[in-house]
Amino acid sequence: MSLESSARLDTVPKLLLRNAAQFRARPALRHKDLGIWQTWTWEALLNEVRAFAVGLRKLGLERGDAVAIIGDNRPRLYATFAAVQSIGAISVPIYQDSVADEMAYVLDHAEVKFAVVQNQEQVDKLISIAERVPQLRTVIYEEERGLDGYDHTRLHAFAHVQELGRQEMAENAGASGWWLDEIGKGKGSDVSVMLYTSGTTGRPKGVMLTHDNIVLSAQNGNKFDNFTFRDTLLAYLPMAWVGDHIFSYGQAFAGAMCVACPESPETIIEDRREIAPTYFFAPPRVYENLLTQIMVRMEDAGRLKSWMFHYFLKVARGCGEKILDGKPVGLWKRLLYAVGNVCVYAPLRNRMGFSKIRVAYTAGEAIGPELFRFYRSLGMNLKQLYGQTEASVYVTLQPDGEVYADTVGKPGPDVEIAIADSGEVLYRSPGVFLKYYKNDEATEATKTPDGWVHTGDAGFIDQHGHLKIIDRAKDVGRLNNGALFAPKYLENKMKFYPEVREAVAFGQGRDYVTMLVNIDPVSVGSWAERNNVAYASYQELAAHPQVYDMLARRLEEVNRQLAEEPQMAASQIHRFLILHKELDADDGEMTRTQKVRRSTVIERYAPLIDALYDGSTRCRISTAVTFEDGRKGVVEGDLTIVDVPTYQARAAETLREAAE
Amino acid sequence: MKADVKPKPVISGEVETGGILLAVENVSLSFGGVKAIRGVSFDIRKGEIRAIIGPNGAGKTSMLNVINGFYHPQEGTITYKGKRRHDMRPYLAARGGIARTFQNVALFKGMSTLDNIMTGRTLKMRRGLLAHALHFGPARWEEVRHREAVERIIDFLEIAHIRKTPVGKLPYGLQKRVELGRALAMEPELLLLDEPMAGMNLEEKQDMCRFILTVKDMFDTTIALIEHDMGVVMDLSDRVVVLDYGRKIADGTPADVQGNRDVIDAYLGVAH
Repeated sequence: MSLESSARLDTVPKLLLRNAAQFRARPALRHKDLGIWQTWTWEALLNEVRAFAVGLRKLGLERGDAVAIIGDNRPRLYATFAAVQSIGAISVPIYQDSVADEMAYVLDHAEVKFAVVQNQEQVDKLISIAERVPQLRTVIYEEERGLDGYDHTRLHAFAHVQELGRQEMAENAGASGWWLDEIGKGKGSDVSVMLYTSGTTGRPKGVMLTHDNIVLSAQNGNKFDNFTFRDTLLAYLPMAWVGDHIFSYGQAFAGAMCVACPESPETIIEDRREIAPTYFFAPPRVYENLLTQIMVRMEDAGRLKSWMFHYFLKVARGCGEKILDGKPVGLWKRLLYAVGNVCVYAPLRNRMGFSKIRVAYTAGEAIGPELFRFYRSLGMNLKQLYGQTEASVYVTLQPDGEVYADTVGKPGPDVEIAIADSGEVLYRSPGVFLKYYKNDEATEATKTPDGWVHTGDAGFIDQHGHLKIIDRAKDVGRLNNGALFAPKYLENKMKFYPEVREAVAFGQGRDYVTMLVNIDPVSVGSWAERNNVAYASYQELAAHPQVYDMLARRLEEVNRQLAEEPQMAASQIHRFLILHKELDADDGEMTRTQKVRRSTVIERYAPLIDALYDGSTRCRISTAVTFEDGRKGVVEGDLTIVDVPTYQARAAETLREAAE
Repeated sequence: MKADVKPKPVISGEVETGGILLAVENVSLSFGGVKAIRGVSFDIRKGEIRAIIGPNGAGKTSMLNVINGFYHPQEGTITYKGKRRHDMRPYLAARGGIARTFQNVALFKGMSTLDNIMTGRTLKMRRGLLAHALHFGPARWEEVRHREAVERIIDFLEIAHIRKTPVGKLPYGLQKRVELGRALAMEPELLLLDEPMAGMNLEEKQDMCRFILTVKDMFDTTIALIEHDMGVVMDLSDRVVVLDYGRKIADGTPADVQGNRDVIDAYLGVAH
C-alpha cells in the first residue's frame, strides 16, 4: 500500500488503508449475530470494503453518483460508506424509520442511483415508491430473509455484490490496483456524504459535507477527549444522523476505535452491558429513560435495597461530582462514597452498561440539571456538547473538570464563536458544511460568504467562557404582562419526573402559562399496576383521574420551584391537560430526532389550547394519526383540563386562585 | 378427557398419497354422550395453508387433537404421509414431523425464551442425560449445534431482546411467538396452529401473518390453522374447511367458503 506515504490522510477511505496496515488485527467492528459477538478486524474490513466497492463498480456505480444507505447500525452498512466513498461516490444515509413518502422525497432530491438497505422492510418501501424515483437503478439488501421470491433484475444481495467484486479481482489482476488508484484520486474537498436534516420546519435539507469536514472534525473530536484505538463505542443512533456519522464512522476510522453494533434495536441495553463501551453518546431522552427504568424497578425492590439505594444516592449527590472533578472532599465522605461505590454505584453503572465508561456526552436538547447530576454523581464523566449537522457536529464541548449542568461548553478545537446582536449564536470551523444541496437560498440564509453559520439558537457566553443556550431564538417569547417566557425551561423541569414523557408549554402572547403533558407509558403503567389502577389502553391510562392527580402534584412542585426564581415566577403553570396520544414523529409532531415540533403541535391541537385558556374543564378532540406503514387512522378523546395551584413569588403560601 | 379406545394396529400399510400429506376420513369423536366430531373427512395437501374455521364449539380444537394423537376417535381413519391408522399417537405425531401450538399458550412459564425453544429440539437430541449433564465431548457439540438452530429461529421471529426473559413475564403476543418458535424448532413437516392470532393487536397480527407465510415459503412447511379472524383466514389460507356442531359444512377455497349459504347461516344464525 504505497499510498500511505505519498498522500495526506484527507479522506476516510485513506484512513481505512492506514488502519488496515497499522492496526491489522485490532477489532474495527463488532456485531452480535445469532447471540454471539462477531468481530471484524481492520484487515477484514478492508477486504469486505474492497470486494463490495469493486462489485459496485461492476454494477455500474460511477464517481459522483449518490448512494442511499438505509437501515439499523450494521457493520456492512458502515462498510458501505467506505466502499461508496472509496470510488468517489456520495453516500446519502436515510432514517430507517422514515415512511415511504419521506424516503421518496430524499431519494428524488438527492438523485440517488443505488440504494443499500438492511432488509425486506426497506426493500418493500423502495418498491412501493419505485415509480416516483425512476433514477434509482439498483437496490442492494443485507438480510436475505423473505426476499427469495422477489424479482432480482434490479435487486442484489450484499453478499452477491461482494462475490461479483471477488470474481472480478480473481479474473482481472488490475482490479485491486484500480481500487487503490480510485482512493488515491479522492481529495479532502470532495463531497463525502449528504445528510438530510430532519428540520423542525418544511422539507428536509441535504447538508453536503466534504471529506475535510468529516476527517478534521473527527480528528479534533478525538484530540479533545484523547480517543485512541483502545476505545470502544456502541453504534445505536440512526446512521442518517450526523452524530452517528461522526462518532461511529469519522472518529472511529480516524482513531481506529472499535464500533459495536447491537443485535437489534430492542437489545441495546443488554448489548451495551456486554460490550461496556468506553465512549457513549446519547440525547437526554435516553438518559432519562434509563433513569426512569431504574426508578421503576427500585419501586419494586425490597426495603433494605431500597433504603440502601436512596441513602447512597444522597451521599453521591453530596460529594460525587466533586470527587469526579478532583475537588477536595473530606475523608469521611470519601469513605462513605467508596462504600456506596461498591454497594450501589458500580452495580448501577454495570446495570446500565457504563462500567467502563470514560467519556459520555449528551446533546440535542437541554438536559435536566437533576438528571445530569445524577449520572455525574455516580462517577460517570457525563458532559455536554453543542453541535449541528452543518458543523459536522462540534461547536462547543465541555472539557474534563469544567462541567456545568446549564452550559454547553467551550468552543471546540479550531472553532470560532460569535454572538449576533439579536442574541443568535454564530460559529466558524473546519467542519462547516459546503452548502445545502440544490437549495442556494437556504445556504445563503444560513452561511455567510466568509464561512460563519447561523445556528438559530439564542445564547450567551457566561463568566467561565462557556456557551449557554437559552432556547431556539424563535421560541423565546413573552407573556402579556411582559414577563419572560422560555418554554423549554418549563418543559424540562416537568420532564425530569419519570411519569412525564413529553411536555409542551404555551404562553407566548397569553396571560398565563399552560401545558400539554404526555405521560410515560412504562413508568405510569408500572405505577398503575402497583396501585391497582385498571386500564385497557394508553388513552384510558392518560385520562385516569388518579393519573391527573399525580401530575397535578408534580406541577405544583414545579410551580413552587418557579416561585423561588424571580425571573421565572410569572411562568408558573396555571392549567394543564394530559394528551390522549403520544406525540409521534410519524404524525409530524416530532422530528425524527425526537424533538417536539411546536408549530405542528399548536396547529393540530388548537381546540385543546383554546380550551386551556377559555376556562372550560373538558374538551373533545379527534386527531388523524399515521402508522409506520403509512396507513392513516383517527384517535378521538374527551380530555379533562385541570387547574394547578400557583404560588406567590417568594411567599410560600398557596394562592389557590382561579385560573381565569 | 381422553376418549376411551384401545390402540388399534395400522390397518392397511402404504397408500397412494398424490400430494396429500394428511387425510382424515369419516372421523367421529365423542366424549360420553357429547359428539364432538361427527364423520368428518378432509385432507391437507403438501405445502398449503389449510384453515379450519367454525363457530365456538364446532370441534376445531378437537380436530387438531385428533390429528396429533391427543384424542383418539371412535371411528374413522387418519392417513399421514401414506400411513393409514385408526388413530394417531402424540409421540408418533411428533416423530413424524407434526408440531403444534396451543390455544391457551402452553409454555414453561418459569423458563427463558431460549430454553423453551430449546425444548422443541428434544426429539433431535441423540446423547443421553448423563452426557448432557457432564456437558462434555459429543454432547457439547450437539448442544452447540442445536443452540445455533434455536438462535436462527430467535433471529427469524425477531425475539432476540427476550432471549433470556422468563416467558411468564412476557406479554401474550410475544408468548404466542415463542410458542411458534418452539414448534418450529422441531423442523416440522406439518405445523398445527391453534388460534395463533388470538388476543393480538393489529400490528402483532400482521407480524404473525408474515411469519406464517415465510415459514411456508422458506421451510416448505405445511400449515393447518384454526383462526377466528376472518380477514386473516381469507388472506392466508389456500383452502378452508368449515365445521359446525362437529360436522363439516363446507370445504374449498376462501372465496367458495365465503359465499356458502350454510357457512353464513352457521355464523350469523338462521331463522327457524
